[in-house]
Amino acid sequence: MTKSELIDVIAKEQSHLAYRDIELAVKCILEQMSQALASGERIEIRGFGSFSLHYRPPRQGRNPKTGESVVLTGKYVPHFKPGKELRDRVNSALENEA
Amino acid sequence: MALTKADMAEELFDELGLNKREAKEMVEMFFEKIRGSLEEGSQVKLSGFGNFDLREKKQRPGRNPKTGEEIPISARRVVTFRPGQKLKARVEAYAGSEQ
Repeated sequence: MTKSELIDVIAKEQSHLAYRDIELAVKCILEQMSQALASGERIEIRGFGSFSLHYRPPRQGRNPKTGESVVLTGKYVPHFKPGKELRDRVNSALENEA
Repeated sequence: MALTKADMAEELFDELGLNKREAKEMVEMFFEKIRGSLEEGSQVKLSGFGNFDLREKKQRPGRNPKTGEEIPISARRVVTFRPGQKLKARVEAYAGSEQ
């Protein structure tokens, strides 16, 4: 499912809202999530999961083209930990297929 | 402080003029549709943000940490999140205060 498909499935069930509003709402939610992480804030959605930042310490890297050694600075990367409901639903779907 | 569904609904109310009930439903449905897609075994790709992928894990040996007893961890399907380029770049720019 892509972002535009997500907008479509929501629009089908929220037929009292204008399609444009749903499009804006989905973009607004995603922008809030990106903005939170970009400012170092966690995201906590019960039953879905939580997003946080993990720190990657500085390390020696190599330019793959020249083989030259370069210093890579420490950085933060986004991390997602699925919540219990999401874990259980995804996994029980697998069990039902078996 | 963490961003929550209530914060997101509040923003939809303030910025888009949805009423409180519509805003709450919208946020709820956003996450429910993503869960539903993953439950059906279909990955979710949100451009600019990231992808929620599914991975099949084989059975592997585990241990009860309390008793030390060996118990197999059954085969399972798990969700992983791969942040997109745009999100990674925005987060990388965060200087951070913890480290």
